[in-house]
Amino acid sequence: MAVCVAVIAKENYPLYIRSIPTENELKFHYMVHTSLDVVDEKISAMGKALVDQRELYLGLLYPTEDYKVYPSHQSPCVESTFPNQLCRYGYVTNSKVKFVMVVDSSNTALRDNEIRSMFRKLHNSYTDVMCNPFYNPGDRIHSRAFDSMVTSMMIQVC
Amino acid sequence: MEAAAGGGCGSGPPLLLSEGEQQCYSELFARCVGAAGGGPGSGPPEAARTVPGTVTAAAGPVADLFRASQLPAETLHQITELCGAKRVGYFGPTQFYIALKLIAAAQSGLPVRIESIKCELPLPRFMMSKTDAEIRFGNPAELHGTKVQIPYLITEKNTFKRMDDEDKQQETQSPTMSPLASPPSSPPHYQRVPLSHGYSKLRSSTEQMHPAPYEARQPLVQPEGPSSGAPGAKPPRHKASLIRSFSVEREPHDNSSNYPDEPWRITEEQREYYVNQFRSLQPDPSSFISGSVAKNFFTKSKLSIPELSYIWELSDADCDGALTLPEFCAAFHLIVARKNGYPLPEGLPPTLQPEYLQAAFPKPKRECTLFDSYSESMPANQQPRDLNRMELSIKDTADFPVPTQDVTSDDKQEQNKTRLALKSTADEALPKDMSEDPATSKDSNSLKARPRSRSYSSTSIEEAMKRGEDPPTPPPRPQKTHSRASSLDLNKVFQPSVPATKSGLLPPPPALPPRPCPSQISHHNVNSERSAHPKPPTQLPNYGDFRLQKQSEQVSEAEIHPQLNRAPSQVAESSPTKKDIPHSQPPSKPIRRKFRPENSATESQEPPSTVGGPVSAASGKPHAAVQKQSSKQKKAIQTAIRKNKEANAVLARLNSELQQQLKEVHQERIALENQLEQLRPVTVL
Repeated sequence: MAVCVAVIAKENYPLYIRSIPTENELKFHYMVHTSLDVVDEKISAMGKALVDQRELYLGLLYPTEDYKVYPSHQSPCVESTFPNQLCRYGYVTNSKVKFVMVVDSSNTALRDNEIRSMFRKLHNSYTDVMCNPFYNPGDRIHSRAFDSMVTSMMIQVC
Repeated sequence: MEAAAGGGCGSGPPLLLSEGEQQCYSELFARCVGAAGGGPGSGPPEAARTVPGTVTAAAGPVADLFRASQLPAETLHQITELCGAKRVGYFGPTQFYIALKLIAAAQSGLPVRIESIKCELPLPRFMMSKTDAEIRFGNPAELHGTKVQIPYLITEKNTFKRMDDEDKQQETQSPTMSPLASPPSSPPHYQRVPLSHGYSKLRSSTEQMHPAPYEARQPLVQPEGPSSGAPGAKPPRHKASLIRSFSVEREPHDNSSNYPDEPWRITEEQREYYVNQFRSLQPDPSSFISGSVAKNFFTKSKLSIPELSYIWELSDADCDGALTLPEFCAAFHLIVARKNGYPLPEGLPPTLQPEYLQAAFPKPKRECTLFDSYSESMPANQQPRDLNRMELSIKDTADFPVPTQDVTSDDKQEQNKTRLALKSTADEALPKDMSEDPATSKDSNSLKARPRSRSYSSTSIEEAMKRGEDPPTPPPRPQKTHSRASSLDLNKVFQPSVPATKSGLLPPPPALPPRPCPSQISHHNVNSERSAHPKPPTQLPNYGDFRLQKQSEQVSEAEIHPQLNRAPSQVAESSPTKKDIPHSQPPSKPIRRKFRPENSATESQEPPSTVGGPVSAASGKPHAAVQKQSSKQKKAIQTAIRKNKEANAVLARLNSELQQQLKEVHQERIALENQLEQLRPVTVL
């Protein structure tokens, strides 16, 4: 159900974006981009220690869209009750690298835990990519292991 | 040439060779002659029989050449007969040329007759190339891309050196060509021709590459001396022969060892080379190379950064940004393979797995230093080690799972020291442990909450731990536990009295993972039999322990926690321990226990209502059936209670230790948070 996964660097440029319905890729890019605003808002709003792997809930951003956007960022994910199809969840690491995931909730209601676990997996894979000395932080992520992990998430959920 | 061919033939019709054919044939012939001179001594006997003054091609290379033409053996026999070699007993030039022409004819589908060779055969070129290719260079299919010698990529100008290596490789039949040095204009099977001497000829005609360079090579081969590979060895994957240091330094390589089938297997020579390179980067072979050092080193190989990045991904199994010796060997090997033109595998081949490499090439020094680093990283690794050890212990025996849990940090060190000492001396245990290690290390690798703190010692230390674990565990056990043997008694007690639960009462203290199962089974069985039992008052003192244990143990337990809080306190505490507080609890409790472990096992957060639902539904069942056996079971229950209390005490101790660790970790976290706060104003937007 994860139809789009994006990794965004601290400076808010994408390190990795991948979506399943490839024809709508640009739309996903825009969605992720807009979610960054919400994410940043949450970051500044939080203030204090955001050490935990939390995700922010923001609720629906675009009620008229097909896709729900929940830039759940640093605090626990909260699913919106909006009837739209896609939810967007966000996740931020301590180094201000953001993961945004657009999720299609039309099939089954994704539980918070599952989203968290997906983000955890993402985070782990991202850390692995970072550990690679040949990876320069700020480069686009081309790691095959990362790709395969994201694929597994997108396929499994779909 | 034609005249000579016609004159020398004697019996056959004059041979008309086109110019191209002439060149090709002559080169081939020269090669066969050369091979006769340098090859295994089939030459001399042939030469002895020849007419003095005639150059003859040795039967060996000629036979190889003919076989390489991929004609059936019978056809080849016919050809040899027809060409007159059999008659005269040797392969003179005429016979050779006739034979080649017949081969061409046969390949083009013409019958093998002398008349065939009279016609213009357009194919000889092709055939020759194929035969040449087959002979010299093994299967063309294997040579996708060009094989490369690493140093020659670096020292491209060093054509002479390349020549030497190619000569060496001749014997191993895997000639390589530097892709950088030679424009890969030729079709794949021509790429095998070594660059240096064949280079000019490459340009002239593709086919003539083969014989000419070979010809030139032959004299070089002999002064060079054969490298260690067997001549004529088929396997083209001679990465060992191609290994060169990434720095320009060149080691005299006789590494053209014979390969087993896989390209991913590291031979002993390669291994030594890799280890030497490792030492040059990092004197201590048991330590690891940092990422930056490795990056600089591997960058010298001139592979592209994405490829190097991918190789790193494959080889750094524990993803710690550093390479241990086996990881380094795997990475080096992959780089060498890539340079030789092998596509990088999708996953790390089994022969390059760190565990495999460590087992295949054990190094005693490494173990001792491993132990040192292991003791250093002990505290960090305690919890993951516990998990691993517990998992292992469960796998191995059901008898002594408890001690692994109960071991205090000090005792752990002692035990581990003894275990490591045992490990270093018990290398024969390696194969057995190997089977466990990949599984366990893969398990640990796949843990979601990956214990990155184990990166330092990582697989090797876990192996050390696991290897040494089995032998020494029995002695420490009695020290650690008070009446851990009671767990065995429990089994004895319960087996006769409650046959249904005999399988359920697995040793109470097994590692965390299996806990749900015994309790599940036991509770399930118990539920089916028992009636309502009065709550044992002895349960109460255990509550506190269980609560404590809950916090520190599994994540799943933490998830259960909110649910548990809603449930009756007794039930809440009984479940996380999974220690089976069996029998003595009211029917609703066991039922809940049954469900909750299931929940924990699946890690699904079902709302308490769902738990309550099945509880209420199932509560009716046990009442009827259990009342019959209640008297019989009371005794058993009481003994079980006693045992459980003891077990609980042990777990409480463990819990306190874990609590301490948790506190330490909390403190660290607070410190880090403070630092983060200080840094925050700088980084935020």
